Amino acid sequence: MTETTHYTKRTTDEKRTEEKERPAPKITVKAMNFFYGPVQTLFNISMDILPRHVTAFIGPSGCGKSTFLRILNRMNDIIENTRVEGDVRIDGIDIYGKNIDVVALRKRVGMIFQKSNPFPKSIYENIAYGPRIQGITSRQRLDEIVELCLKKAALWDEVKDVLNKSALALSGGQQQRLCIARALAVEPEIILMDEPASALDPISTAKIEELIFELKKMYTIVIVTHNMQQAARVSDYTAFFYLGNLIEYDTTAAIFTSPSKKQTEEYVTGRFG
Amino acid sequence: MERHIDKELEKVRESIVRMGTLVEEAVGKACGSFQKRDIAMAQEVIKGDGEINTAEMAIDKEIFEFLALKQPVATDLRFLFSVQKMNKDLERIGDHAVNIAQSAVNYISLGVQYTGGQHIVVMMGIARQMLAEALTSFIKNDSQLALKVLEQDDQVDDLNSGVTRDIIDMVKKDSATIESALEIIRISKNLERVADLSTNIAEDVIFNTKARDVKHHHVDDTSADRHVDRLS
Repeated sequence: MTETTHYTKRTTDEKRTEEKERPAPKITVKAMNFFYGPVQTLFNISMDILPRHVTAFIGPSGCGKSTFLRILNRMNDIIENTRVEGDVRIDGIDIYGKNIDVVALRKRVGMIFQKSNPFPKSIYENIAYGPRIQGITSRQRLDEIVELCLKKAALWDEVKDVLNKSALALSGGQQQRLCIARALAVEPEIILMDEPASALDPISTAKIEELIFELKKMYTIVIVTHNMQQAARVSDYTAFFYLGNLIEYDTTAAIFTSPSKKQTEEYVTGRFG
Repeated sequence: MERHIDKELEKVRESIVRMGTLVEEAVGKACGSFQKRDIAMAQEVIKGDGEINTAEMAIDKEIFEFLALKQPVATDLRFLFSVQKMNKDLERIGDHAVNIAQSAVNYISLGVQYTGGQHIVVMMGIARQMLAEALTSFIKNDSQLALKVLEQDDQVDDLNSGVTRDIIDMVKKDSATIESALEIIRISKNLERVADLSTNIAEDVIFNTKARDVKHHHVDDTSADRHVDRLS
């Protein structure tokens, strides 16, 4: 990446150079509108999400950031009477196309929720469940998958001797990392995180944030957070939403040092929201 | 717990150490150009100032973004605060090196052999030593070495006065040397500033390592936090 020699607003040339050096997007959204019945809640959203980067969605409560997150793996389909207009593609394929296997989509695009939701099973079975459903029956192979995913989720050392223990006996932070490991077991390409640390203590939050830094080397991560400082710490790109509109989308460094829009500046400095 | 920001803090540290190396070389060459009557060496210093300025801006950017994005506290915050100040002081030392080099060029061009006392040469040695030790104290987190730098500042001030006396004697003997005398005075003033800015760096090291602000206290002031036994 070309080094800029000043840290106020980037010039047009600097932005052009950055754009040239960017990899092809993993997810592209063009002119997307979303409706709950007759009520429109997302308006003309267009953005590109880059592979193996962390993109954060920020904005006040009710701005549509979680709704938009769920667009990316069609989780809104399970809500009655919703409608998506526009274009949402992953690797160039329209995920709202007629022949899309939604189950396969949700395997590629994993999701971590605010409240951790491990299965009422053992730690081992939580991780092995997905691969088993996919047809993996070899015990050795399942053992390998469980160990690998727990290591990737930075949980292996804490649970390796108690894999048969109930997942529900783990702490909140451990349960959330277990949910991440469970998502990794089905080899996703994209991980969506909806306020993954908001229910956790500061140490567990720090562990999740460190984990995000490791995971982004292999996965594309999109995270919704109401904690602006968290977005600043963990993400490469930040999108600011307000009342269903995408107000500004730029590198996290630009959003938190010299945002282009006054509204963004007012939000990140705490003047409203 | 290992933190990813430790790598980023290390990058900031490497950047400021590199900046310090550039500036130390510039001061060394500027002084050397005078002592060896080497105009080419002086011109290298003048040309090299652009690189120092670019490095300063890059470090400012790194720290600015770090503060905005990472919300550092405690030791991390003190480190960044100290480095930001060091960055500015190093850039200023670079400017003084350029001034010394320019005076060296002017002085050499006058074609006059220096017949004054050795205070200017001794002053060059001590100012360079103070800068080197200030930078070493930062690299090694050595507050005792930083204190040693602070204690040398008065010596440089005395040498500055000595240079003035040398010059007065030189001009009294031969009034034709007045132009070259003025260049020596300029060099002396710039060396004095190099020493002052090196003490600033040493003060920043003490703030970083001991969380004590020792600015604006005289070394002999027993109430100052400057003394070693008060820095534990």
